Amino acid sequence: MVEKTPVLDFFTYAFLLLGIFIVGFPILYSLIAATLPLEEVVKVPMPLIPGDQFMINMKEAWSRGDLGNQILNSVIMASGITIGKITVSMIGAFSIVYFDYKFRVVAFASVFCTLMLPVEVRILPTYEMAANVLNPIQALCDLLHLDGILSWFTGNDITISLNWSLLDSHTGLILPLVASATCTFLFRQFFLTVPEELCEAAKMDGASPMTFFRKILFPLSKTNIAALVVIEFVYGYNQYLWPLLVTTNPKMTTAVIGLQNLIPQADDLPEWNLALGAAVLVMLPPVLVVLLMQRWFVKGLIEKEK
Amino acid sequence: MIKRSFFKSKYLPYLLIFPQILVTLTFFYWPAVQGLAQSFFLSDPFGRQSKFVWFYNYIELFTDPLYLKSIFTTFAFSLAVAAVSLSLGLFIASMANRALRAKALVRTMLIWPYAVAPAISGIMWLFLLHPSYGIVALGIKEWIGVDWNPVLYGSDAMVMIVMASAWKQISYNFVFFMAGMQAIPKSLIEAAAIDGASPFKRFWFITFPLLSPTFFFLTVMNIIYSFFETFGIIHTVTQGGPGGSTNILVYKVYQDGFVGLNLGSSAAQSVVLMSLIIVITFLQFRFLEKKVQYGG
Repeated sequence: MVEKTPVLDFFTYAFLLLGIFIVGFPILYSLIAATLPLEEVVKVPMPLIPGDQFMINMKEAWSRGDLGNQILNSVIMASGITIGKITVSMIGAFSIVYFDYKFRVVAFASVFCTLMLPVEVRILPTYEMAANVLNPIQALCDLLHLDGILSWFTGNDITISLNWSLLDSHTGLILPLVASATCTFLFRQFFLTVPEELCEAAKMDGASPMTFFRKILFPLSKTNIAALVVIEFVYGYNQYLWPLLVTTNPKMTTAVIGLQNLIPQADDLPEWNLALGAAVLVMLPPVLVVLLMQRWFVKGLIEKEK
Repeated sequence: MIKRSFFKSKYLPYLLIFPQILVTLTFFYWPAVQGLAQSFFLSDPFGRQSKFVWFYNYIELFTDPLYLKSIFTTFAFSLAVAAVSLSLGLFIASMANRALRAKALVRTMLIWPYAVAPAISGIMWLFLLHPSYGIVALGIKEWIGVDWNPVLYGSDAMVMIVMASAWKQISYNFVFFMAGMQAIPKSLIEAAAIDGASPFKRFWFITFPLLSPTFFFLTVMNIIYSFFETFGIIHTVTQGGPGGSTNILVYKVYQDGFVGLNLGSSAAQSVVLMSLIIVITFLQFRFLEKKVQYGG
């Protein structure tokens, strides 16, 4: 600091501790609740000394909530979205920045405008789409009366009904979320800062576009990719609305949705120790990713929103 | 913008952009157009028959007191969330920025709630504010003397979802405020100190104005967050109740459309939300780092 302010410094640290406490308290409290037997949890106020029931509670919550399966689903979904999003937007941005073609601007604008269409504002039609991905083609067939034409040609009664459902599948959880305006934008911004000479040199050496991408652009983007991995993993893991819509089979649900079933309702036993234990367990994978990759995460978060 | 030196290829660029365009068309534009079309039709819940009704769905919507109430609820909710999480985020960040020691540790301790799903934050606050068992609820009852019961009282339920939503957002705001403060040149602060400005004055007249772009950006992001991403919190904590007092717009679209199967109305609501987010995005790009500047 600039000058010595012992009193202010004291308050700085005091308030800082208070802030950390506010931020950490709900999770600490949930952890303590997870170690207590049922009769202790419902005491008012709940004792703040951890009990010895942690493993027992966790085992019970694990089997009752089918957590193993659901966390696996969540991790598959999060990894799929992460890998898909980064791949799709990286090659997309490469196409937009390093090639000159007719629809370049249109393509970029159309990707960019998806920023204004989050899944929350198009719930039902997107669900219908996932229920039958071939919907647009079906609509086209209907519009052209293709089945009528075919029946006229062949003399038989033919009805065209195309159906490919993504409901209750990993593909359905992942695919609709892999298009990303922000990721594409980020890679575009980054590619624009890559020195022109690199591309010129590569061309002079006779490298093909894909060789340039693989040997030069990809290694240069490693930090950006690491940052996006953290952000997109957290984003994918914590999705709520989309998995709620596309999965009805409890075997296919994600962990964050599945937790809902462990919350004690008015007539149930108030087994909050199980619900909170499961909650802490479910939040672990993304929290670990953020903590272990903190450096890239902070950088990525700030770059992404620029 | 394009590079000065670029590649020439007939098919490759189309091939590279194809996956992106395919997913956007199928899962973004087609549904959006469908939604727009559906908002002009009145259909029975099974989707067998539909009738073109012009703006009937919209007129119904804006004369529906429940919808108007939901609009009000959404704005009150997002303003409260933004106010609470921005002020706490700014406060903690300014403290952390003053701290000399253990900066990295402090940052780690404050960052990780970012990774907690909104719905999980909802579950934890549901317990903390539970009318019979919650310790925070107990505090409210004992110290403030309110008959706290979010299951019965709408205002209590509102406070509950605001707390759950704001808590999760603190660390996001913290990261950006912290980065914003570290970008302010040390020399400015030192010059002010030499001129005799106290730490509070320095914060108010130098740090805070220089943070205005960050502040504006975060306000927009917090409003978007509380409009759209808090769905999980509402769904786990209150399900829009009691009596619709926490039924924000996004949750109402889901309830009317997906649960209540009122397709026309739900589509019209989606279109209203879409226009809202278009306005927000436009404002964000129009004003961000243009109007809110270092002034003078």
